[in-house]
Amino acid sequence: MQFTINGTVHEADIDVRTSLLDLLREHLGLTGSKKGCDHGQCGACTVLVNGRRINSCLTLAVMHQDDEITTIEGIGTPDELAPLQAAFVKHDGFQCGYCTPGQICSATGMLDEVKKGWPSHVSEALDGQVDLTDTEISERMSGNLCRCSAYPNIVAAIREAAGLAPVEHEVVGEDA
Amino acid sequence: MADYRMDADHPGVAATRGVQNVLGKPLDRIDGVAKVTGTAPYGYERRVEGDIAYGFAITAPAAKGAVRNIDTDAARALPGVIDIIVDDPRIARQAAAFAPAATGNDRIDHWDQVIGVAVAETFEAARAAARAVVVDIAVEEGRYDTLAGRNDASPPPKDSRLQDRTIGDFDGAMADGEITLDQSYSTPNHVHAAMEPHASIARWDDGALTVWSSLQILSNARNILAQAFDLPHDKVRVISPYIGGGFGGKGGIGPETVLAVIAAQKLGRPVKIAMTRQQLFHNVYRRTDTHQRLRLAADAEGRLTALGHDSLLSQGPDGGFMEPVALGSLGLYGAPARRFTHRVVTLDMVMAGAVRAPGEAVGMLALESAMDEMAEKVGLDPIEFRKRNEPEVDPTTGKPFSSRRFIECLETGAERFGWDRREATPGMRREGEWLIGMGVAGAFRINLLVTGKARVQLMPDGTATVETDMTDIGTGTYTVTAQVAGEALGLPVEQVKVALGDTAFPPGSGSGGSFGAAATASSVALACEDIVAELAKRMDADPADMTLKDGHAIAGNRRVPFSELVGSAPIEGLGTIEQGRNAETYSQAAYGAQFAEVAVNAVTGEVRVRRMLGVFDAGRILNYKTAHSQAIGGMIWGIGYALHEDAVLDKRTGQFVNHDLGEYHIPAHADVPPLDVLFLEEPDLHANPVGVKGLGELSISGAGAAVTNAIYNACGVRVRDFPLTLDKIIADLPPV
Repeated sequence: MQFTINGTVHEADIDVRTSLLDLLREHLGLTGSKKGCDHGQCGACTVLVNGRRINSCLTLAVMHQDDEITTIEGIGTPDELAPLQAAFVKHDGFQCGYCTPGQICSATGMLDEVKKGWPSHVSEALDGQVDLTDTEISERMSGNLCRCSAYPNIVAAIREAAGLAPVEHEVVGEDA
Repeated sequence: MADYRMDADHPGVAATRGVQNVLGKPLDRIDGVAKVTGTAPYGYERRVEGDIAYGFAITAPAAKGAVRNIDTDAARALPGVIDIIVDDPRIARQAAAFAPAATGNDRIDHWDQVIGVAVAETFEAARAAARAVVVDIAVEEGRYDTLAGRNDASPPPKDSRLQDRTIGDFDGAMADGEITLDQSYSTPNHVHAAMEPHASIARWDDGALTVWSSLQILSNARNILAQAFDLPHDKVRVISPYIGGGFGGKGGIGPETVLAVIAAQKLGRPVKIAMTRQQLFHNVYRRTDTHQRLRLAADAEGRLTALGHDSLLSQGPDGGFMEPVALGSLGLYGAPARRFTHRVVTLDMVMAGAVRAPGEAVGMLALESAMDEMAEKVGLDPIEFRKRNEPEVDPTTGKPFSSRRFIECLETGAERFGWDRREATPGMRREGEWLIGMGVAGAFRINLLVTGKARVQLMPDGTATVETDMTDIGTGTYTVTAQVAGEALGLPVEQVKVALGDTAFPPGSGSGGSFGAAATASSVALACEDIVAELAKRMDADPADMTLKDGHAIAGNRRVPFSELVGSAPIEGLGTIEQGRNAETYSQAAYGAQFAEVAVNAVTGEVRVRRMLGVFDAGRILNYKTAHSQAIGGMIWGIGYALHEDAVLDKRTGQFVNHDLGEYHIPAHADVPPLDVLFLEEPDLHANPVGVKGLGELSISGAGAAVTNAIYNACGVRVRDFPLTLDKIIADLPPV
């Protein structure tokens, strides 16, 4: 089978039981996508398939012949960070880092959904431009769990990458 | 060799006198780029030499009974299967904390117990094979109800941190108290739920074992493996440079570690295994459920005359660890008559063990709820009530505090949070269908110091390297270690290379008990003392008269780059910190105050946390950015303990019915409001040479109680059984 991942065509001879996540991690060495629950409950495995975010543990690899798949490795590299990745570092949008690739892929897809005007559960209206408030970001990112609980920092990072004004309740201390 | 035992305060280390100006600064994590690009390899992801095979744990579908037969025929017949191992006597029944877990699969003593491993050429084949194994168990009736077993409960184990303790005439003080409170609170079983499931790769090379895994305390992991496999320590190497969260659950070795080692030995190939999320719930020690009784007595002015905290807990059949629930109650508030007891009921369940802030995380939920209830009874603001009960010395031991800014945390927080806008009477503030309330709670976490060792080398090119088997479980160890060494040696952090998480390096403290930063910062600072002394010698100067900055030594009129001073061989320092008499001389703890504002829906009982503030006295802050992250992380765990987390035990079968992340609810993005954090920084030099106090566990302490006290203030409903789900609140809501 053929898969286009991060712009490169990969061929793999795989078991029909192999999830897209295990294809990436175990067959192609793309271990940036993480397995946290293997049941679509934590979001650590989030990747983009044809531009839309998806839990890669909940879909079989054989369903993705010729799909365009983007993983964290395709979002940006250590030498060339994507704006979201740089913002996650700056705002400390993680601690252990295990949910982070999923958060970043999810945020990438989420910002595109907002751009297209897709409403969420907390949107005021079903059509028109979405006002990307913190509440909107939190609602739309709730499929990505973070047990270290860096949530406020993740929201701050997404705000920055989305070009919004920074929030003012971050690092505070007598000497900070 | 710079070794120091904390028998007295250290005269002072270069790391706290430096002029590089990096210590404490909110620098980005030095491992951050690797984490945001997915290039940091976690346990299961290491590419090791050899033809790796996949393992999958075989587990038992019962909680108690004798294993009559394990039929592996169907499993062995599946394509890609290499072996089904169920006959190795070393198979461990669950994760190990500080000693190997019980072995043997002839009997089942907890639900989903590990009984063997399926090994195959692919993950899919191993999983199918494990599920094709048919286990025949003569199921026996088990004990799954802590309260039902209370009459058979045992006193604290002999090696437990807390033994029964009564000071003064407790019963008399309760009987004579002008105002008294006697309430029971309960907390359910909790799990760590680190995002990275336990995973290990094992490989044998000529009788030597290497394990790549995801573990917090590597020297402990090595000890356990050496014991379990009867190996000398130098034949065991454990490597864990990146760990996807631990929270106590990866303190020893995982249930899969032993299986990987057994399979790799038998097959002569490296084997890797990850536990499934579901398996973790039953094979990694949990936090026990707690049933706590709080008794308080006070005089008419609100001064406590008695404080009692009695806890009923559970533990698995092999015993061991006891959750020290009353830890926070020992030292936080004065009261001449005091009583602390713990009783443990044996259940046929996975062991109970350490989860973030064992003791305070759940004990402070009850203590701080009781203090809130008592404040109302004595007619005082909850902050004023706490201030009236501030002791001058540790009220249980009589020892002086090493440092304590508890009242300052409360007062500073009250001003910053706008506490004066709180209505004293519940249910007075309403916005539409939402009732709004504010709550406060104290935070307390004992401060620990354990032995830690680190090697620092100043290299011929003028850069430095630090090596220790200390781990970074997300706590920021890489970064703060570079900051300590950079400050001591006068180097920007970019010029300090930090290597962690490998038992080939000097043994650090590991991560746990919030002792990691103190032990690591101190051992690195001490190692740097050796290097500073040697540099001074080479500069022909007294260390006190020499300045190190930007890779140069400056003394007299000379400014010499390190590359000229070092020569061809690195200058090496080895630092060891050990706990000493200061632990006995002083009562050591970190303190804080937690504030929460919540909205309770007057119709449905739904709770939304609207904002929180944590003010923390955690000694010197090594990095304001990573410290802030630890603080908000703990506060959000507090939200989870207040509102969500509950491993629901089926008392008929002994299994957690909600054993996955879809049903065991932890806070998600939408549950978390803006969080404000303030550190009242004050180095505690009685605690360790750098003056750090533990932070990661302090921040969870009291956070949940601040939320539930706010719920009471919002709507007048007091729920004493955690978590406060809306079904428990709605029953007592005032009529709409």
